[in-house]
This record gives sequence, structure tokens and C-alpha cells, in this order.
Amino acid sequence: MMNLTLKIWRQKDANSKGQMVDYKVTEISGHMSFLEMMDVLNEQLINTGEEPVAFDHDCREGICGMCSMYINGEAHGPDRGVTTCQLHMRMFKDGDTITIEPFRASAFPVIKDLVVDRESFERIQHAGGFVSVNTSGNTQDANAIPISKIAADEAMDAAACIGCGACVATCKNSSAMLFVGAKVSQYALLPQGQVEAKERVLSMVAQMDKEGFGNCTNTGACEVECPKGISLENIARMNREYIKASV
Amino acid sequence: MATLDSKVPKGPIKDKWTTYKDKIDLVNPANKRNIDIIVVGTGLAGGSACATLAEQGYNVKAFAYQDSPRRAHSIAAQGGINAAKNYMGDGDSNYRLFYDTVKGGDYRSREANVYRLAEVSGNIIDQCVAQGVPFARDYGGLLDNRSFGGVLVSRTFYAKGQTGQQLLLGAYSAMNRQIARGKIKMYNRHEMLDLVKVDGKARGIIARNLITGEIERHSAHAVVIASGGYGNVYFLSTNAMGSNATAAWKIHKKGAYFANPCYTQIHPTCIPRSGDYQSKLTLMSESLRNDGRIWVPKNMDDVMAIREGRKKPTDLSEDERDYYLERRYPAFGNLVPRDVASRAAKERCDAGYGVNATGEAVYLDFKSAISRYGTEQALLHGVKNPSSEKTYELGQAVIEAKYGNLFQMYEKIVDENPYKTPMMIYPATHYTMGGVWVDYNLMTTVEGLYCIGEANFSDHGANRLGASALMQGLADGYFVLPYTIGDYLSNEIRTGEISTETKEFDEVEKEVKERLAFFINNKGTKSVDHFHKRLGKVMWDKVGMARNEKHLKEAIAEIKAIREEFWKDVTVPGELNEMNPELEKAGRVADFLELGELFALDALNRKESCGGHFREESVELDGPQKGEALRNDTDYKYVAAWEYKGEPSEAVLHKEELEFNDIELKTRSYK
Amino acid sequence: MSGLLSSSIARKFAMALSALFLVFFLLMHVSINLLSVFSEDAFNTASHFMGTNPLIQFVMQPVLMLGVLFHFILGFILEIRNRKAQVVKYAQNNGAANSTWMSRNMIYSGLVILLFLAVHFVDFWFPEMNYKYIQGNPEDPTRYYHELVEHFQNPIKVGIYVLAFIFLALHLLHGFQSAFQSMGANNRKYTPGIKKFTMGYAIVVPAVFILIVLFHFLNH
Repeated sequence: MMNLTLKIWRQKDANSKGQMVDYKVTEISGHMSFLEMMDVLNEQLINTGEEPVAFDHDCREGICGMCSMYINGEAHGPDRGVTTCQLHMRMFKDGDTITIEPFRASAFPVIKDLVVDRESFERIQHAGGFVSVNTSGNTQDANAIPISKIAADEAMDAAACIGCGACVATCKNSSAMLFVGAKVSQYALLPQGQVEAKERVLSMVAQMDKEGFGNCTNTGACEVECPKGISLENIARMNREYIKASV
Repeated sequence: MATLDSKVPKGPIKDKWTTYKDKIDLVNPANKRNIDIIVVGTGLAGGSACATLAEQGYNVKAFAYQDSPRRAHSIAAQGGINAAKNYMGDGDSNYRLFYDTVKGGDYRSREANVYRLAEVSGNIIDQCVAQGVPFARDYGGLLDNRSFGGVLVSRTFYAKGQTGQQLLLGAYSAMNRQIARGKIKMYNRHEMLDLVKVDGKARGIIARNLITGEIERHSAHAVVIASGGYGNVYFLSTNAMGSNATAAWKIHKKGAYFANPCYTQIHPTCIPRSGDYQSKLTLMSESLRNDGRIWVPKNMDDVMAIREGRKKPTDLSEDERDYYLERRYPAFGNLVPRDVASRAAKERCDAGYGVNATGEAVYLDFKSAISRYGTEQALLHGVKNPSSEKTYELGQAVIEAKYGNLFQMYEKIVDENPYKTPMMIYPATHYTMGGVWVDYNLMTTVEGLYCIGEANFSDHGANRLGASALMQGLADGYFVLPYTIGDYLSNEIRTGEISTETKEFDEVEKEVKERLAFFINNKGTKSVDHFHKRLGKVMWDKVGMARNEKHLKEAIAEIKAIREEFWKDVTVPGELNEMNPELEKAGRVADFLELGELFALDALNRKESCGGHFREESVELDGPQKGEALRNDTDYKYVAAWEYKGEPSEAVLHKEELEFNDIELKTRSYK
Repeated sequence: MSGLLSSSIARKFAMALSALFLVFFLLMHVSINLLSVFSEDAFNTASHFMGTNPLIQFVMQPVLMLGVLFHFILGFILEIRNRKAQVVKYAQNNGAANSTWMSRNMIYSGLVILLFLAVHFVDFWFPEMNYKYIQGNPEDPTRYYHELVEHFQNPIKVGIYVLAFIFLALHLLHGFQSAFQSMGANNRKYTPGIKKFTMGYAIVVPAVFILIVLFHFLNH
């Protein structure tokens, strides 16, 4: 059982100024997930008449991409290949002080406490994250176009992105290129995506820039912190696709 | 008791859907532009419905409580999606898929709906591939299939262990295309809090903007509810934290009948609860049971020794282990269907043989699979007289290739290496087959109000087979609703825009606001979670895997008491006009507290055992099936659709008799 | 150029292209300098050619200048944009957990190199321009070696040069391989090789520069 000090960013709403506030939690089990520890804190706050800490979360099994904390200076905390909801308290020791902040980026404004607005990702997807095919029910047979297993597997690896934004949060430039690169790659690797490949990469990148994400400087931090292990190869592929589409 | 009209078209089952589609009324493209449709929930069913409806030309307003449709809990489905493509040439057909689904549902689903589901299943795969969903492929570049859940053919398409995610992203991409075209107006971080009816027809909703707290009115010519299941009535389930029944329950209170709430699937292979702080349960794919053997210790001394840490499971010899599934069901062994496996685990744990501190866990052991595979591999690789370590190593590699990601996930959560020590598993609430009653058109008992996906009741009967939830969600959304809704909307082309400045909207908005204000002003002493956990405990203990009359009656009384206490003593911090997650939870738990009671009432009414619903009073008394579930087709071959009358316990039962013309009713046997 | 550089990927690409050009220039520079260690005559001949060939003087030299200027200016523009992309900083940020110091501090290693270039210009380029074009002195194919040696007699200056080359190495360690990624050259088969090569280059070239400086300092 652990006793911990938490330093948590509190901010009433988008327009208020925020600050770090200290809290204490006691009797935390190593088997708890990080968010269960936050539940304990919130229950404690509610019982003492304080407002609980708002944070995004939903599936709590690492797939919905909703949870989004910056813990001790790292997106989703110190463990690798996990989201915050899968981070377990056994990664910490009794007496630790844990700093918990929202994801920071100009394109991810804080809504409240640890909740940020990731609509910028949505708008990038609207710009071209699709294949223009109608759901008529008369689509050609699924096996009409064979796709090599290698291409299909690589596309799957790119498509595994959960859109949590850890790449942006961890990048010193708040660049969204891993996220956009993964989406562009998924379609670039499949024949279905070829028809609109040029327009897709150009418009998605244009939207990404418009949202105010920074430029990639290849620090590789995103790849390390990505809970789904999305590879930097996807950024290179997007760069190639973009250059191909531009010349 | 009134009977319900399911509006199933006449004719042979194979032609019903085609003939019906041919005769359905259509709305011309110019008129579609003047028709608005609200879709609440944007998971697989809602998302795919939004995309197709918008593509057809309707104006769609879509509502999601998360910050993106991509986060709906459909995303967590691991295994796959069924389709009767017969790519494997193993004799699959629409009829076989239909048959398996009806049988798997223990003969409590509507034949015509299930046949239609099987019929469009192939289209789903075509559609998804065209959208760029990266399904697994074989080395020839064609789609790969695997078999699932004990059926006799390979018809499950999959994308690694993330099929739900990829299908949802496919539907989301189709939505994105329509959002870009302005045909879908997306309302993220919005929650529907009530339905507005005008002259008996569904005409709009009241929603809360979860960022600002603002209460909004939205009108439409038809409303579609696709808000998923109500598994969180148990507090602990494999559902997402936000998964809720509010939309479904609110429409129930406005006149939509709620069908078969007691049909709930308890999935046998979940990671057990580790303490009272537990917030949710994590599912481990059912495929693990292909290689794992399930057991508990034979002797109570060993159980105690393990719980107290004096012994390790690996210390127990074969003689000291009780492989209870193999003992009870020699024919199917560890591969009995989900409901049977879950009940057997509960039986052992109730008898005191649970192996972790909470007493609610059994072992899933891969040791014999590892040594079997190891021996096989040694032979294949020409290793002569391998040491036991070598065999183990070779076998472990095979297991790792098959289940590596699951083993890793288990180790992250439990902090034990499942290659070295058996996994601990326990059943958990996973899926709700019951839901809002709908006719063949997927329309509820309220005109212009539709319900699709897990939120409705129609296709899975009393038990759902693996890999068919994704199929149903997408079938409803892409291929069924967009046709059937046209039949209703063809009468709406002259209606014109629907105003939100009417007394109907005023009234409902006022109710919603009062209710929210009540929560904030109540200033009780207990948190929302406190009540939710208590409800969950009653549900799990008395309306869980095995049910009896005494417990169900107690549950009804206890839930009512918790509900009354909730309304007196709940505390919700924060304010109305801001992001307030506790306020969101309060509304959802208030609805669960009502739904739970109806759930128990339905379970009490159904004095038979079928699928996920097991009544201890209804078991085989002798013969080879002694002690197994006993279905009663004479008295209960109907859908129980409940009409709201002010209190859940006063709900009125309406029966839809089920007809089985194309399938013979049989007893499921796994002995 | 503004149209070409209006997107983030185009800027990355331009940055990478100018970087590769400068990397190539460095190789040439170090090769000629290395001659000074082995043969005074060879060094003088090469330097004289570089200093008097009109193609090099009036085409290559301005291109190089532009390249340097472009790389620096774009570097600053990128830095400013990137800072705008994250206005509120973290209270605690553990960059070392996921990236190298070099990759996170390109702007600082770059700035040190820029300062060094100023020193270097004052040392060599301005006197050279003055000698050739302002004073209009006659050509002397044997002067280069002595000028070089003279510069490296002051221990402070030697120290400055050595330090600058260390920063150059740090800059190259991230920058060279990063240029390939920016241009889309990332491939499971070749990237490990490219990384090894660029790392080798980033260490060897500045090391040789340092050795040359130290050689002349210690030898005379």
C-alpha cells in the first residue's frame, strides 16, 4: 500500500487561468490502474465537498484513446506501450510525488482540469481520412482485389492508431505528423486508397498546418511514447506521398 | 395483454427481405434534402447509419458523448465479424449462419430478422474492404477467416485482435466523408437527455452540451437510437465507463417498449476483480479457451493455502486439480458456450473454491498446451530427446504467436507471467441481448423512433454468439435501417421543417432542466458511484448468472430502496453550466436504478432457463442432462416487451409470440 | 518560394535538402584541410584552385552562402513556429525519456555554429576577400599554408574551434540522419545502414577538423 502526493493541474474552464494543486492519497494498491487511483482521489474530494478532478477516460482498456494525461513528464506516464488507463500503480513507490498535467499543445486547448479539446484531430480526418465509396450494398466482392499480406499487415499496423494525441503531447514542437502519417499510410498502402491518394495527403496536411500543429524535427519522441507503437516510417511515408503529390 | 405486430413480411424466409425492399416506399432525392434525421450514438450501428443516411441525401444530426465517434465502445471488440461468404469452401451459407445464430440464441430471436442479418452479412465485408479496412489476409492476398465460438465453419473475418476498432474506424471514415460534405452535422460531447414527441411521433431530442452544460433542442423527422447496451447496470462490466442506457431508457419512458431486459451475456474469460476500487473489467478473448484448461483445486485445504500464499497453483499435482468443465461436459470440455462456462465457474466459486483473495477466480492453465505444442515442434524441427525446458520453450513460442498480445495484457494488469503460472479468470457482464423492442423495420413502438445495434433486442435471442455483435451493428446501420426508414419518411415529405419553439419542446426541456438542477441542489452525503456500486452488487448477486424467485423478489425490493435513497441522499458537486462529469453520471445511474428493477422483474417473469438467463428452478431433473438449463417452449416462446407505466415494477407485459417455421426447436446439449 | 514553403512537409524537405548540401560541402572542406597535414604543396595547390577558379568563386561560393543563409533562416522560422505550437509549457517534462539531447537542441547547436561561422569569417573569409578584391593583391599560390598555420597558434582560438566542432558533431549526429527521414527515405532494410553511416560521418568529420587544428597548434 502506498501513500502518494499528487500535483495536479486544475483549471476551471477554457478561459480561466489554471495552476498546479497538491493532493494526498493514501492506501493505494499496486494493482490499481492509474485512473482507479484518480477515482479514489475524486471520491475523497466529493466526500469533503470539493470538486473532483475532471479527466477524459472511457473504455479503460487502452483502445478508445480517450484518456490523456501527462504523468511525471511523459504522455501516459512512465510505462511503455500503454495508455494511462493501463498504467498500473505498481510503477510508483510509496512516498512518490506524481505530477499530472493535461496534454499541452496550442491545437489541444484545455477544456477543464485534465480534459483537452482534440477536435483538431477530427477536422484533419474530415479533410481526407476516408475512401470515397458509397454504402450501396452493391460493392464489388471483397476478394476481387487481392492485397499482399505484407501490405495488409503494414496497413493494419498504421491503422492501429487510437487517436489519443500522445504523439502531439510529447513532441516538443506539438507536431501531429505521427497521427496524420498513420492515417495517410493506411490508405497509401492499400489499393483502395490509391485513387484519391494525392488529394488526401495534400488536404490532410493542409488542415494539419491550419490547426497550428508544429513542424516535425524527427526527435522520435512520438514513436517512443505512442501506446500503440506506431512507427516513424509512417511519417516518412507521408513525406514521400506529399512530395509525390506536390511535384 | 396486447400482442405486438412485428410487421414481418409474408412469403418464404429467403425472399422476405428482397421482396420487401422492392415494394418499400422511396423518398425522392430532392425531398430527402428537406428531411432531418437525428442519430444518437455513433458506434458501429449509429456511425454506419449516419454515413448511409447522409449518403442517401438526408440531413443527419449525430450525437456522441465522447469527443469523437471513433471512441465508441464498439472499438473494444477483439475477435471478429461473421459473414456467410463461404470463402473457405466449407459449406457455409446464409441459411447456416441464420441457423447457427438462432440456435445460439437458444430459440428466442425473431427468425425473419436473423435471416436478413445473415443475408446482408456478405455485403458488410465487401463494404468494409472497399473502405480500406485492413482485414487479415493469407499469403495469396485473399481474406483470411478463422472459426469462432464452436460453430462448424470458418466464417469470422478479423483484423488482428482489433476487429471492432478497424470496423468502427471504417464507419467513422464514411462519416467523415459526409461531415466534410456537410451532410452530417456532428455533435461531439453531447448527451441526449430526453425524447420529444409531437402528436405521438418522435420529433426531436433534448441534449446537453457536455462542455458548456447548455441544454439544447434538436428537431428532426425521425430519431434513431443507437446508444448501445446496458451492461453497466452491474457497475462492473467490460463496457466502457461512459456506456449507459439513458437514451434507451428515456425513450422507454416515452412509450417505446423494452424487450427481454433479463437476457444478458456474462462472458467467461475476463480478468478477475482485484479489490473494491475496481472500476471496470477487462475481457480476454474467448479464443484462449481453445488451448487453456480451466480448473480449481479439488481440496479446500489447497484453496486456502493458495489464497494465503502458502502454495502456488503450480505446486498442485494433476490429482489435486478439478478440471470441472471437462468433468461435467466431457464432449465439449473447455469449449462449452459462454453461458455454460460462466455458470460452471460461478458454481465452483460459490462452493468456496475460488482461487484469489476475493474468492472469485478460477485458473486457466496453458501448461498442457505448451507441452503438447512443444513436443510437436520438437518433432517438426527434428530435436531428438528434448529436455523438458527445451520442450517448454518451443511450446511457449507457439502459444506466444497465437495469444502474445493477450498474455502481455494480462501480465500488465495482474503482474504475473501467464507462461509460468496459470491465468486467473472470472466471468463478467459483457453484452446485453435485450433492449428496446423494434419491429422488422427497426421501428420502436413510438412512430418515427428507431433503435439499432446493441440497443435493440432483435437478433441475438437469449444468447449471442461470438463475432456477431459487429455483424448486427453494421447490418442495421449500413444496410437495413436506411431502407426501412424510407418507408416511414416517404410520408413526411410534406411536413416541412420542424420547429423547436413549441410547447412540446418547452415541456420536455423544463423537465430535463429541473432534474439536472435537482442533482446539483440536493447536496446529499453520498456520491453517485456509491449508489452505482450498491446497485451493481445487488444485480450481480441476485440477478446475475443464476437466478431464483426468492432472490429476484429481494432484488426488486432492494433496488427500489436504493433508488429511493439515491434521490434523497445523492450529492453532485460542481455546477450546471460547466463540464461536470459527476452530473453526467448522476443522470445515468438514476436510469440504471430504474432499469435494474425492470430487469429483475423480467427475470422473475421468465420462469425458464434460456441462453444467458438461468433460473435455478428450471433445470433438467434427471437423465444425462441432469442439472442443466431447461427451456420451456410451451410457455415462454415469446418476446417479453414491457410498457412503462410510471414505476418499473408496474410495467405492463406485451408478448410477441415467436414463430419458428424454418428451424426446428431443439435442446442445446454439450455433455 | 513562399508557396513552396507554405506547408510543414515542404519546409521539412527544404531543410533537409539544404542540410545535405552543407554536409557535402563539409566533406570537401575537411578533405582540403586534411591535405595541410600531409603536404604543404598539395594544400596550397588545392586552396589556390578554390580561391581563384571563377566557377567556384562566383557560382559555387554564392550558392554556398545562400545555402547557409537559407538553412539558418528556415531553422529560425521553424523554431518560432514550433514554439507557437506549444505556448503553455509543462511543469515537468522528461524529454530524456524518449529522445536524444541532440534532437531536442538543434536550435542551440545551430546557434553555436552560427556564432562560430562569424568567428570563422573574421578569421579567414574577410581577410581573404580583402586580400583579393579590395586590396587587389597579386596572386600568390604559396601563401595559404602559412596563413592557416598562423591562425592556430593562439590557444584560445584553438579552444574556440575545438568547441565549435564538438557542437557541429552534435548537430550532425541528429541532423544528418534526420534529413533522410524528412525526405521520406525510411526503409526497414536501409535505414539502419544510413543511421550508422551518418553517425560515423557526424563523429569523424568534426574529429578530423579538430585533429587538423591541434596538429598545427602542436606542430609549430
